[in-house]
Amino acid sequence: MAMLEVRGLEAFYGHTQALHGLDFDLEEGGITTILGANGAGKTTTLRSICGMVSNNGSITFDGEGLIGKATENIVRKGIAHVPEGRGTFVRVTTEENLRLGAFTVKGAKKIADGMERVYTYFPRLKERRNQQAGTLSGGEQQMLAVGRAMMLQPRLMLLDEPSFGLAPLIVKELFEILRTINQEEGVSMLLVEQNATLALGLADHAYLLETGRVVMSGTSDDIASDENVRKSYLGY
Amino acid sequence: MALSDAKSVAMRPNPAHTAVLFGIKLPMWNLYLTVIGIAAALVLPFVVEGFTVFQLTQALVYAIAVLGLNLLTGFNGQFSLGHSAFYALGAYTAAIMVERYEVAFYWTILPAGIICFIGGFLFGLPALRLEGLFLALATFALAVATPQLLRYEHFEGFTGGVQGIDLFKPDSPIEFLGGDQWLYFVVLVCGALLVVGAWNLTRGRTGRAIMAIRDNPLAARTMGINTSLYKSVTFGVSGFYTGIAGALGAAVAEFVAPDSFTFFLSVWLLVGMVIGGLGSIPAAIVGGLFILYVPNISEALIGQVFGDDPSAKALIGVAFGCFLIFAVYVMPNGLAGFVRWFVARYSRPGI
Amino acid sequence: MDQFLQQTLSGLANGAIYASLALAVVMIYQAIDHFNFAQGEMAMFSTFIAWQLIAWGAPYWVAFVVCLAISFIGGMAIERIIFAPIHDAPALSHVVVFIALTLIFNAMAGFIWEFTIKEFPSPFPAELPFETKLIGPHEVGIVGITLIMLGMIYVFFRFTPIGLAMRAAAASPESARLVGISVKKMLGLGWGLAAAVGAVAGMMIAPVVFLEPNMMLGILLYGFAGAVVGGLTSPGGAVVGGFLMGVLEALAGTYVIGSELKLTFALVVIVAVLLFRPAGLFGRVVVQRV
Ligand SMILES: Nc1ncnc2c1ncn2[C@@H]1O[C@H](COP(=O)(O)OP(=O)(O)OP(=O)(O)O)[C@@H](O)[C@H]1O
Ligand SMILES: [Mg+2]
Repeated sequence: MAMLEVRGLEAFYGHTQALHGLDFDLEEGGITTILGANGAGKTTTLRSICGMVSNNGSITFDGEGLIGKATENIVRKGIAHVPEGRGTFVRVTTEENLRLGAFTVKGAKKIADGMERVYTYFPRLKERRNQQAGTLSGGEQQMLAVGRAMMLQPRLMLLDEPSFGLAPLIVKELFEILRTINQEEGVSMLLVEQNATLALGLADHAYLLETGRVVMSGTSDDIASDENVRKSYLGY
Repeated sequence: MALSDAKSVAMRPNPAHTAVLFGIKLPMWNLYLTVIGIAAALVLPFVVEGFTVFQLTQALVYAIAVLGLNLLTGFNGQFSLGHSAFYALGAYTAAIMVERYEVAFYWTILPAGIICFIGGFLFGLPALRLEGLFLALATFALAVATPQLLRYEHFEGFTGGVQGIDLFKPDSPIEFLGGDQWLYFVVLVCGALLVVGAWNLTRGRTGRAIMAIRDNPLAARTMGINTSLYKSVTFGVSGFYTGIAGALGAAVAEFVAPDSFTFFLSVWLLVGMVIGGLGSIPAAIVGGLFILYVPNISEALIGQVFGDDPSAKALIGVAFGCFLIFAVYVMPNGLAGFVRWFVARYSRPGI
Repeated sequence: MDQFLQQTLSGLANGAIYASLALAVVMIYQAIDHFNFAQGEMAMFSTFIAWQLIAWGAPYWVAFVVCLAISFIGGMAIERIIFAPIHDAPALSHVVVFIALTLIFNAMAGFIWEFTIKEFPSPFPAELPFETKLIGPHEVGIVGITLIMLGMIYVFFRFTPIGLAMRAAAASPESARLVGISVKKMLGLGWGLAAAVGAVAGMMIAPVVFLEPNMMLGILLYGFAGAVVGGLTSPGGAVVGGFLMGVLEALAGTYVIGSELKLTFALVVIVAVLLFRPAGLFGRVVVQRV
């Protein structure tokens, strides 16, 4: 059984339907990516998993249904979401942001260790630990978002365009860190990216989304070698 | 601003079922109601006893004030918790003119309205910069401060201080009409004129501009509507209505005093508006009747249950508060919205 | 000079009350973007509860603590039962419900305890341990209790995980949910705390103004003025604003306008600040979303 199973997922914004019956699986320990053009429904898919849009169908995490549950309770099952737009708590410090990320974690020692780990991955955040988070640069806030997600000690991380607005060098660094987190800490990941090359490089499985439907799925290598994908998403 | 989307319940008039009254297009059922209402308003003071006439007059006065508040809130989307202040200003203007300067009461009504128009316009000017809640706060402060201002000793020569001012209602010039009946008709005529005025104001270009500001201030501005002007003028007009209500109310009560114009008067007016229905003119009449009669009825009921205990009367406030919450939850468009919904649901031809 | 000092000090005592109410108002404002017009009446009702407990024979401080607990739970219940269902309703609905609550608490108090004024005891000794004509023992007590309470609230919000979570939930509810914070619970907690803070203000001021259902209206107005002066986005600012309003009230009352126009003074301050410095002294400018 896959860690995350999505079946017939439909999502709605008011009267407009954004997802039209989505099916996909995510294996424990792996990195799966969802590709698609703007407006394909990638963000909506992630938000559906976290119960932030009205939806129906079925989503199971470790065999437990998530649909209808409150966001905070879904999060408590070990699903951390790095949202589109970063979701920084702008009025508190960097360190307080990380503390908030650990809101569901019990034990001061555990929290302190988690914070140290985040700081080793992102030394920049340590330098800025007492700075008001709203004043961090875009890239720093992106790191903070990933760091905050790590603080939750999740089993599954949902990442919505983590490379957005980052300089190419930093993106490379970030993706290395994601790979490390995945391999060393065993955190499964569901990655949404505009940058298909990068995403396919990191992920083992990929799904291609078009107007709220899965139109293609397979291993990253299969997808990357597909003629159409190459033309429309990889650009060579 | 309607509590919920008023448009969805508004009925689209079927041309075969409309009539024209004072140049106003009405659906047929509305015309029937209007004619029945006018007939009843004309006949009632002759068939009910004197005290009821007095009560009806007071209800009409409240209705006018509620109408004024509704023009501001229901049609223009600005909040006011301070209309007790305008009511007080109108009442004191009338009382002072009658008692201190011996002006005949009829000649005080329009000045009371005009002074309140100016007052409303002036308060509306700064209020322009105060969106929604902040306006509610500023007007709340106005309402809370008003009684103290009226009591102020250095104005005592004018306002009568804590004692207030006694005045007499005008004598009836017509032999077969008693004083109460006469005043009733005076108020009725004023009310009718104001209703027609409100009706004309809210149709047409001006009305569309006023409501556009309520529905989408930014869009209204880009459409070339001078929102500041419209908003402060609407505040002025709203004050005008409420001030006239105040002047008439002073004659009905034959007495003005600071304690009649506390914050809670604003609350009653708000209750009347919300229960009647936002953005509806006839709803003001419902609101006026509600403010006057529901406390009376509840008082009677409470009297039966608790005996003559004066503090039991406080339960009326509890009832009013519960009514308000009830209205927000289940009747967000007030009684008027409910009636519209009901008619739209059941009066379609062929059903 | 003595008079000036005396007025300033007694202004600080009243200011402590305004500061508490301003803080309660700002806490609610930050959480739900609305002014709690019923804050004063809620405080008054709480004070009546304490009065009743004392009348039944409870020692003062027992009544004090029980009253705080009841107020806390009451505040949470109001949020859960009345405001949660209309969370997304337009602003006017909220204003109407706040007004309805004002009415209900005012009338309930009148019904249960009547509109006659009642004496409310002061818990502080009748004499100060040192000799002074400048300030009375109850005034010292008010300031002391208020400062202790404000200090506790500061520590709570600044240094505890729940306090941090409450701030986060108020400022960015969606992100808060994503780290597992129940925004609903935080809202409830905020209401409970605000009600309890208001209750302290009510119990502290009641010995001065006497207890009756309408006692809080003018005081709440000064609380609002304090909140507006300090800045509606800044709890610390609101506290300073409250103290400032107390001192200004006392000084203006003595030297400028006399005691009879105090409410008008608050009105003028509120309107002037909203017009010319809407962010208050310490707040941030709120960008109006249209
Ligand atoms: N709040 C909203 N209200 C209405 N429609 C929305 C809302 N959010 C998204 N949509 C619609 O749902 C569809 C899917 O949007 P979604 O944000 O999931 O796209 P996406 O794949 O994440 O795009 P992008 O790559 O640009 O982030 C789009 O057609 C979008 O217009
Ligand atoms: Mg997206």
